[in-house]
Amino acid sequence: QVAAALKEGHVTPTELCQRCLSLIKSTKFLNAYITVAEETALKQAEASEERHKRGQPLGILDGIPIAVKDNFNTAGIETTCASNMLRGYISPYNATVVQKLLDQGAVLLGKTNLDEFAMGSGSTDGVFGPVRNPWSYSRQYKEKSVPKSHSEDKEPDWVITGGSSGGSAAAVSSFTCFAALGSDTGGSTRNPAAHCGVVGLKPTYGLISRHGLIPLVNSMDVPGILTRCVDDAAIMLGSLAGHDPKDSTTVQDNFKPFELPNLTDVSKLSIGIPKEYHAPGLSSEILALWSKAADLFQNAGAKVVEVSLPHTRYSIVCYHVLCTAEVASNMARFDGLEYGHRSDMNESTESMYAATRREGFNDVVRGRILSGNYFLLKQNYEKYFIKAQKVRRLIANDFVKVFRSGVDVLLTPTTLSDAAPYMEFIKEDNRTRSAQDDILTQAANMAGLPAINVPTALSERGLPVGLQFIGRSFQEQQLLTVAKWFEKQVQFPMIQLEEVKKHDHGVFQHQKCA
Amino acid sequence: QRVSVEVLDHLEHLALVDFRDAEGVQRLQKAVQFADQLQEVNTDGIEPMDSVLEDRCLYLREDDVTEGNCTKELLENAREKVEEYFVAPPGNIPLPKLGERETFLQGS
Repeated sequence: QVAAALKEGHVTPTELCQRCLSLIKSTKFLNAYITVAEETALKQAEASEERHKRGQPLGILDGIPIAVKDNFNTAGIETTCASNMLRGYISPYNATVVQKLLDQGAVLLGKTNLDEFAMGSGSTDGVFGPVRNPWSYSRQYKEKSVPKSHSEDKEPDWVITGGSSGGSAAAVSSFTCFAALGSDTGGSTRNPAAHCGVVGLKPTYGLISRHGLIPLVNSMDVPGILTRCVDDAAIMLGSLAGHDPKDSTTVQDNFKPFELPNLTDVSKLSIGIPKEYHAPGLSSEILALWSKAADLFQNAGAKVVEVSLPHTRYSIVCYHVLCTAEVASNMARFDGLEYGHRSDMNESTESMYAATRREGFNDVVRGRILSGNYFLLKQNYEKYFIKAQKVRRLIANDFVKVFRSGVDVLLTPTTLSDAAPYMEFIKEDNRTRSAQDDILTQAANMAGLPAINVPTALSERGLPVGLQFIGRSFQEQQLLTVAKWFEKQVQFPMIQLEEVKKHDHGVFQHQKCA
Repeated sequence: QRVSVEVLDHLEHLALVDFRDAEGVQRLQKAVQFADQLQEVNTDGIEPMDSVLEDRCLYLREDDVTEGNCTKELLENAREKVEEYFVAPPGNIPLPKLGERETFLQGS
């Protein structure tokens, strides 16, 4: 819708950009952005305006403000991964996905906050501080919260965004941009999408280039897409997917961007409900919502079947080993010599490296590096690493079997509960939290399958809850079509933020979708 | 089975990252315990999986130079450099042994 508005001249790219920038400033307390690229964004907006005046927009994304998670390289803009290790690091190049967006005329507003090196499920462990969920300040949440007796009225009991792409999710949710890039290794795009009430798409592994995405787990990472509606996600996907010679793990199949049909007849669909996703700790609210969704499909004529993915409960342990092992390898590049933080220690190369890494990484990162090295020791390799790789195959095979039996799409919850208050969340350490929160999203990364979170309803506390659809490999069109149908059925409410009301939001109010 | 001090020391050398404190060591102990759950799964006859794209061929492009000549950009982010060199402290000096270096493990 906003692209149409731009085209017809109802609003100009520079106006749009300026409104977003000023909204970013007024929502600064959310801490969603690490870097705001104000000057370059305005320049990009001006260039877009020129193109629109000449009647030659580059495409539907021309002039659209977007945000990018701070673990993607962006030329000329600081890229930190929310770590001291990369503070001050100005990327010399654009990640392929960033380049693609810029080539389409998108306006890059800034880099969003995350857990340090994308390790975490709360967006609370970065060096720039935690990200606050915009819904903490929504009328819907405030209405439901019990006022504190010792009135701390200025500081509501704010809730986390989920992670690790929390900044991106918060940015999209608070209307400061129309779409954002995240990354997804264990659920890092879908988890915050669920908590912030936005659409979070994890594409099939190999569909979108990882060139320029600072890697965590090479065999599972994918760039993630966060938007306010499913149609927007399809548009973003269309601009980003496709083979990249710079990333040899992208498949060579020809990718054709698609528009989503308005599905009316779901009778030919088979929806699978994996029983193991009724995981311990799943809130009764979400369970009920999941059940209601299944009924929704059934009543509309779809075939809804219970299926089994027996190795689901091992996916977190498997992930734990494989992730830490790959992390140990991927973090080895940070030695202070070529880029990033460098310690003053100068006695020897090794002692400089050790000191640099001691100073640059937080506890979570260091913990994973050490665990990973442990699992990769010769005496442990077979028992842990190889074993985990075997279990991975079992997990992937579970999905193959289910899809082969005729199921088109799986329907599962995305998170165990709605967003936790920050004070509650930090009571447990990062690893425990990740292990708990990733259980519903992790297996899709293990198997490389596409998955999407669709905001479904508000919880009793007035916070968003989403449901997840998992599709077959490279069948994003089918997956998104089903997601779009579901989105239309549930009519998820729009967030009511006071900060947004303060601005002239003629553009924003009815622009849920770009 | 707890991880021995020798292994912990070995890990610090390999990773060039330190445990920092008792919590760091505890973290590893817990991580290992957690990972032991893998042993419950029967994986007889199962091949390890390296990549979900194992059934496809990797793309190999032609061996032609298509980019480069960006010495200046690459050197920009390095702190210590001389002309076109990254400057490192002397190599070939191993990290001091357990008894001699500053590490939390000394007390273990």
